[in-house]
Amino acid sequence: MAADHRTAGNGTRDVVTTVLGFARTLRHAGVAASPARVEAMLAAAAHLDVLDPTAVYWAGRLTLCGSPDDLDRYDAAFAAYFGGEAPRPRRSTGAEQPRVVRTAPLGTGEGSEDGGEPSDLATRASGEEVLRHRDVAELTVAEREELRRLFALLVPAAPMRASRRRSPSQHGSIHRARTVRRALRDGGEVTRLEHHRARPRPRRVVLLIDVSGSMSPYADALLRFAHAAVRARPASTEVFTFGTRLTRVTRELRLRDPDRALAASGSAIPDWSGGTRIGEVLKAFLDRWGQRGTARGAVVVVCSDGWERGGAELLAEQMARLHRLAHAVVWVNPHKGRSGYEPLTAGMVAALPSVDHFVAGHSLAAFEQLAGVIERTPGSSSLARSRRASPRGRTTGGTS
Amino acid sequence: MLLDVSQSTLPADPVALGTALEATGYLPDEGLATAAYLALVMHRPLFLEGEAGVGKTALARALAEVTGRPLYRLQCYEGLEASHALYDWDFGRQLLHLRAAEAAHAAGDPAELEAGLYDRRFLLARPLLQALEDSPSVLLVDEVDRADDEFEAFLLEVLSDFTISIPELGTVRAETPPLVVLTSNRTREVHDALKRRCLYHWLEHPDFEREVAILRRRLPDVTDALARQVARATAELRGLDLLKPPGVAEAMDWASALHALGARELDPDTAARTLGAVLKYREDTDRVHALTRGALFGGG
Repeated sequence: MAADHRTAGNGTRDVVTTVLGFARTLRHAGVAASPARVEAMLAAAAHLDVLDPTAVYWAGRLTLCGSPDDLDRYDAAFAAYFGGEAPRPRRSTGAEQPRVVRTAPLGTGEGSEDGGEPSDLATRASGEEVLRHRDVAELTVAEREELRRLFALLVPAAPMRASRRRSPSQHGSIHRARTVRRALRDGGEVTRLEHHRARPRPRRVVLLIDVSGSMSPYADALLRFAHAAVRARPASTEVFTFGTRLTRVTRELRLRDPDRALAASGSAIPDWSGGTRIGEVLKAFLDRWGQRGTARGAVVVVCSDGWERGGAELLAEQMARLHRLAHAVVWVNPHKGRSGYEPLTAGMVAALPSVDHFVAGHSLAAFEQLAGVIERTPGSSSLARSRRASPRGRTTGGTS
Repeated sequence: MLLDVSQSTLPADPVALGTALEATGYLPDEGLATAAYLALVMHRPLFLEGEAGVGKTALARALAEVTGRPLYRLQCYEGLEASHALYDWDFGRQLLHLRAAEAAHAAGDPAELEAGLYDRRFLLARPLLQALEDSPSVLLVDEVDRADDEFEAFLLEVLSDFTISIPELGTVRAETPPLVVLTSNRTREVHDALKRRCLYHWLEHPDFEREVAILRRRLPDVTDALARQVARATAELRGLDLLKPPGVAEAMDWASALHALGARELDPDTAARTLGAVLKYREDTDRVHALTRGALFGGG
């Protein structure tokens, strides 16, 4: 069907049909070419020579794309639809860093598995209490089903920080505009000073979730926790999954229904239950997102057992880099919940010096605790101060 | 008067605009010239993203020069408020005016007095309002990703119909919509609603020949050999997977640093001494020093 449109006609109608068909192809390729954008492309094409493929290429690229991620897909769709190569100047991005995948047409690994019917929950209250402390890796299908319901009730609160934006207040610095406006009402006499002060804003929370083979018993629970966090603060929460590559799943997790959100992110993650290269993936995260701003001043939560297949030096180096950027670094290791656990894996040993809070993440109770740590986390600097003042250990969170 | 100047100098097609930009010393590639041309004729804001130092801000300056329009720049930061971006009332002068009126005749008509307070002469125009009032103009909204989403919301309002309504005065409308250039370093994702109203362009580092041409153009005193060597070394540095790969701006800094030291060629010694002009992280400097004992900055 693409061949029919290959020769862009001279009539306006032909241009419109061609562009609409191209937009359809583009949407299939995963670029959100909304009707408003398509309209803009038509307007742009009207200003250029529609018979010149390069002009058509740029008219579409400038109007239909919205982020660098769209560009490769746009090129592929352009080549497929109009035939031949996209007349695009080489992309000289140089460094062949692991690409961030947002959607990949791979089958779902987890999340879509159908559990049995929830068992009879006559003894619900006490059952819940027990369930809250059980290791999620050791649950039966029915118990897991019940736990999912409890996860949905989890509302992780966001940590706050002072912003540069101010709002009226009883104290604080003087708000000139309001003071004068009030004075004008009172006939030009300043009778009262109006104040304003910095308004608190939620601090960004970034969750990096290990979905490799060794973490697969916990991946579902961690993603549910992430979903609860995203639902609570959609604007200030970012979620990435990693194994051998980094995938941003924030968008998928914004779906209201936890099961649909998990299924959506499941199909976006291409490396379920594979190996782990934490150091490399962390570097990709910091290069692509973290250093630009996502990790700056944020509470970054890494959820992993620290089984690193790559070199531990790279991990140590990248963790140190992350620690310099972030407000606080929290490491969640499900195995920490087991009695007698010692952080001995090479990855954990390399990462721990750059971790502010080392917590367990194996049961619902542990997740509730994690939510508390995220909410009340003091920054690395103030933590260092308190550590100097009192010989308290740096690890927080319980070993139940 | 301004109007007809700008109308007559409006380039006929992207190529003409590209040539005009080159005359000012800004060398755009085909995509960027098309983007700027469309922004100009479609009255759509141009949203530029790309690494720091690829020439996003410089484009706005060059466009102002080409079109002969005044440039208004709004630097974004967190907590940027309407009173810094749109307009503010000059409260001090308003109070003075009130006192002066009181002193002159004790009891005037209060309504008239109040109306006199909200006169245009007590209004301080900030960049967005200035750009609309002094139309046609070029408006540069720099590093929009640094502002918070509250600011995005009212930027959206201004950019969608190029009007600003001031409750006490009325609506200010631009006769000709300003040419708006928004830049972002992608420190955060800007809202889709804002992007949708713009033309989106991702700026790449220039290729070797273009970079040499830019260096030669912007720094006419630098020798051709030095410009080529700097461009080549900069391109190689970009391939090294550094924390902050150098942009064109850094290449220019480097070339002018070398020139200031009297270097006519890039040799390992001067290169090592001036590396601070291109690399802005200690880790990067260490890495390059360790990797390239002369290999990178050697001859030809």
